[in-house]
Amino acid sequence: MKILASHEHQAPAEGDASQVALANDADALALPLEGVTRIDLHFPQFTDGRAFSQAYLLRRRRGFTGELRATGDVLIDQLVQMQRTGFSSAVLRADVDASAAQRQFDRFSRFYQGDAVHTAPIFAPQEA
Amino acid sequence: MYQYTPFDQEFVKLRAEQFRDQLERWQAGTLPEDDFRPLRLQNGWYVQRYAPMLRVAVPYGEIASRQIRVLARIAREYDEPEAEVFKAAMDGQGLLGTTFLPTHCAHFTTRTNVQFNWIPLAKAADVMDLLASVDLHGIQTSGNCIRNTTTDALAGVAVDELVDPRPYAEILRQWTTLHPEFAFLPRKFKIAISGAHEDRAATAWHDVGLHMAKNEAGEIGFKVFVGGGMGRTPVIATQIREFLPWNQVMNYIEAIVRVYNEHGRRDNKYKARIKILVKSEGQQYIDDVEEEYRQIVEIDGGPHTIPQAELDRVKACFVDPQLPEVKALTEAEIEQSLLSHAAAHPAFSRWLSRNVHPHRNPQLRAVTLSFKRPGQSPGDATGDQLDALAALMDRFSAGEARVTHDQNVLLPWVPVGELFTLWQQARELGLASANVQLLTDMIACPGGDFCALANARSLPIAEAITQRYQDLDELDDIGPIDLHISGCINSCGHHHSGNIGILGVDKDGKEWYQVTLGGSDGSLLSGEPVAGKAIGPSFSAAEVPDVIEAVLGTYRDQRQSGERFQDTVRRLGLDPFKEAGKAARHPAATEAEATA
Repeated sequence: MKILASHEHQAPAEGDASQVALANDADALALPLEGVTRIDLHFPQFTDGRAFSQAYLLRRRRGFTGELRATGDVLIDQLVQMQRTGFSSAVLRADVDASAAQRQFDRFSRFYQGDAVHTAPIFAPQEA
Repeated sequence: MYQYTPFDQEFVKLRAEQFRDQLERWQAGTLPEDDFRPLRLQNGWYVQRYAPMLRVAVPYGEIASRQIRVLARIAREYDEPEAEVFKAAMDGQGLLGTTFLPTHCAHFTTRTNVQFNWIPLAKAADVMDLLASVDLHGIQTSGNCIRNTTTDALAGVAVDELVDPRPYAEILRQWTTLHPEFAFLPRKFKIAISGAHEDRAATAWHDVGLHMAKNEAGEIGFKVFVGGGMGRTPVIATQIREFLPWNQVMNYIEAIVRVYNEHGRRDNKYKARIKILVKSEGQQYIDDVEEEYRQIVEIDGGPHTIPQAELDRVKACFVDPQLPEVKALTEAEIEQSLLSHAAAHPAFSRWLSRNVHPHRNPQLRAVTLSFKRPGQSPGDATGDQLDALAALMDRFSAGEARVTHDQNVLLPWVPVGELFTLWQQARELGLASANVQLLTDMIACPGGDFCALANARSLPIAEAITQRYQDLDELDDIGPIDLHISGCINSCGHHHSGNIGILGVDKDGKEWYQVTLGGSDGSLLSGEPVAGKAIGPSFSAAEVPDVIEAVLGTYRDQRQSGERFQDTVRRLGLDPFKEAGKAARHPAATEAEATA
């Protein structure tokens, strides 16, 4: 997953239909995906976990293959959960110390449940 | 008991490492307090009135003796407040009349976990490492995530059991552990599962309640309930599914939780539990869940459909333990041996009838060790008591025990021939009060002495009632009764489901208590699950024991033959008890008593 500093992120340009910013209370199953290459999902507070479900539904349910970007109150301690629910990039909150980010990814090599990326749970045979 | 695989063990160790990393960053100032809080909560670290509280997970209540020994060590070596912290606590609580605060001890909770009240945060990472060494942790015991799945303490041994729920509880534990999508729900999420005809797991009071069931073809599955809960708005769960095939339980709960994550209220933390969503959406919620479930299965391919091989793997751990070779006794021999001990020791006879439970295997019994006695808070155990408990577990119960929903400990594998010896040893340890299911076998939360949320203290109320009702004949005469005490409306003491409920309320900044009657947790004793009703305006702390006595007096005066307290309340309604409560009020001096 790509980690971006806040200055590296540009909100979708006016009139550019290939990039969509989705409010975190919008229905991810209803969003038209034709021609969309990037969807920005939003964490108004990091404790508001609705975008995790939106990401899962876009990535897994709808098979969206474009970029799913986490924006808003994004901290390093939720990056692994973001990656597992299908986010491909995350824009860190401005004041966040990013130095501890990589080791969060390096710690757990496997989890119990399947997710948007590694779809097989630990008890199921590996998918082809 | 489930045996942790190398993967399971490594996972818990990595989690402890992750927590150490977070703690150190917080201590160094690179992780702000607000960012750290949900992380430490999801490892069980909850900061209370004076000190941090650690809640150790005991998945579905099952615990091994080696784990109890580590909890003993933690009680002894770590559950020690710093001097200034303790002074502040004693000074603060002293103003209310508290003269003693227990330290160096563990506390069994209503969700069958274990709490410590004094461990300094600076030692938190060391404690998590120590816990991990025996496959213990605090994963998701706090925070807005899926909590410990609980069941009844007799799971696997009950005579009325339909299907052993423990393998499914373990499978759910694994699926819910560090689920990436559901770590930031609108509020906490609690699941309870029952596998017996009697619901001893209070499933109707949970966010999701599961009842093991069999369909007409004899296939195993679940009746599914959703949206039960306590607190400010007590609600009994709604049935959402008559029959769900056993292998779909994770897919279905995924649907329930996803719809909740998406649509649960986030604007008001007192309206954020799933019970509010279920109540306000009604059939729409059920339809949304069924549709999401359908899509999980048909579009996602049902990735968490449980394969038979996985059920078999987990089930293989939940077999009867190897017990010492003993000649099997006939029923008559068992009867004879117990009768002769009972005749010689009336106290043993009482204990047999109260604390010893029938078992699926007629050569065995399940035995409740009562942690309810004067001079110690309900459900508390010192380091020494925990070590003694571990020894009892090893000697009498194949090294296994269950933490119970009502804050006791149950030994599930006791050979009948060992009952007398167990009783003698338990008695010496003060763990053989023959009061199981009686008045003094009460549930009480830690209350205002420890908890910053509480409106009032619960422990002095529990102690006063325990002191007043020590006569076993009187307790037997009152009969089985659920007394539940909560220090505030958050209901950690489950007062809503008590046949008698006591609730601490804040009135004019002083400690007052509302008394409710007729609540039920859904067990056979208490009947259909329902919240208790208040018998009048709140009472002072000094009045409460007199009110309880008056209420019990009304019951004993007016009961018809064989009626339990709960039956009489149902038959008579509240009015006679309201009158009794009123008559028990103290004149004039109540103001002073509220702070005495």
